[in-house]
Amino acid sequence: MTNVNPKISLRGVKKAFGPKVVLDGIDLDVGVGESVVIIGGSGTGKSVMLKCILGLLHADQGSITVDGTEVVGANAQVQEQVNSKFGMLFQGAALFDSLPVWENVSFGLLAQKRVDRDEAKELAVAKLAQVGMGADVAELSPAELSGGMQKRVALARAIASDPEIIFFDEPTTGLDPIMADVINDLIVKITREVGATALSITHDMTSARKIANRIAMLYEGKIIWAGPTEDIDQSGNEYVDQFIYGKADGPIKMAVRA
Amino acid sequence: MNFLQPIGSVILHFLETVGRLIRFSVSAFSHTVRPPFYPRIIIRQMVDIGFYSLPVVGLTGVFAGMVLALQSYTGFARFSAEGAIANVVVLSITRELGPVLAGLMVAGRIGASLAAEIGTMRVTEQIDALTTLSTNPMKFLVAPRIIAGLITFPFLVLVADVIGVFGGYIVAVYKLGFNPSNYLQNTWDFLQAEDVNSGLVKAAVFGVIVTLMGCYHGYNSRGGAQGVGMATTNAVVSASIMILCFDYILTEMFFAGI
Repeated sequence: MTNVNPKISLRGVKKAFGPKVVLDGIDLDVGVGESVVIIGGSGTGKSVMLKCILGLLHADQGSITVDGTEVVGANAQVQEQVNSKFGMLFQGAALFDSLPVWENVSFGLLAQKRVDRDEAKELAVAKLAQVGMGADVAELSPAELSGGMQKRVALARAIASDPEIIFFDEPTTGLDPIMADVINDLIVKITREVGATALSITHDMTSARKIANRIAMLYEGKIIWAGPTEDIDQSGNEYVDQFIYGKADGPIKMAVRA
Repeated sequence: MNFLQPIGSVILHFLETVGRLIRFSVSAFSHTVRPPFYPRIIIRQMVDIGFYSLPVVGLTGVFAGMVLALQSYTGFARFSAEGAIANVVVLSITRELGPVLAGLMVAGRIGASLAAEIGTMRVTEQIDALTTLSTNPMKFLVAPRIIAGLITFPFLVLVADVIGVFGGYIVAVYKLGFNPSNYLQNTWDFLQAEDVNSGLVKAAVFGVIVTLMGCYHGYNSRGGAQGVGMATTNAVVSASIMILCFDYILTEMFFAGI
């Protein structure tokens, strides 16, 4: 997957935990304004790859650049500068329990002292409206919200600073099909509105087909197929076919104990 | 020589843990003196650590003072030295029992709660979320709690000192029949600033130990609820052992020449 001027570029990225090799030479480009979805089974390294880009984990080898800035081996200052371009929707929402919803949404802006508390609250209410939530939830605690509502608040937090790049980690996991579709619609709408580049990881094919311009499949630490979303049904790759149709039989063997 | 292998493995594991703790401590202390500071969080932690620990510390102090007076009387009566009870109570409370008992009680209350809170943040990706929102978790979570522990523990111990002496007074006057004004006069005459000051310095050190251990074990917890439970136990046990260890070291430093 090569791109003339990629927003995010990974070259030969490797990451191992002890003897277990999780990423085994990942090459991936994500273009400006593009929405790329990484699919793959559980434990194939999707989250590890995302965390390496975010600087939460350090890649053992290879290069990761964001707008041309190298992230691998970068010092805290550079990483913080790069992270200021990011918005991130975590799998479990990862909202701060000790803060009300509005402070969660505007946390990044308050932390960077870009706004005062009154402005932050106004902005949080506006961002909540963007994800279809009323001002009445702003004062609630995250624990008072359902799973779907927490995801929407987390989405509002991810877009609060109008990021250039948004990461979505399993955005629909644990949600009922209707709420999952609501979240997918919001992701498509918001990435278009903000004009952001999006990199998502999921094993939900309905979600992947809806939010992606391009899809790449990760298997055993490598990208084994990548292409436009509309081509995935004719990929000609038996691993991809087994995964997208959810078949037990095929080249991918699941470790199942009798 | 296979029997040497487990011994070596234990030693290496111990040294690795010590190294990790030292690195964590250095990073934590460096963030306590470098801006940005979070005064709202520091004040909230001071209320949690200080104000809400007052009942526990007060009860510990009063009963420690009462028992001390009763036991001293039993022992000193054999040598007709009952008059020294006031001195024994005030010196024991201010130099040793005040800081150590308050430290151990608050280690149980605060060490456990810090480890559980930060540990839950770790396993629910809230700490990762802080990093992606351009906020250093060491600065935002750890440094304010250490500062709050450093400031509030001496006040708690001062309260434990006063209440502990009062507990001794109650037993001496109302149970053992001492003259109230003589008892107070003896207490006051034998009390020196150094006795109180050494206890307060110990308290400040214990405050740092309790908050540091709570944060360290919480921050490094892994593996869901079980990991958080283990972090909580380890925080309380390690803080308690370190309090007793540092109590000896500080006593040696203050009173070795006397």
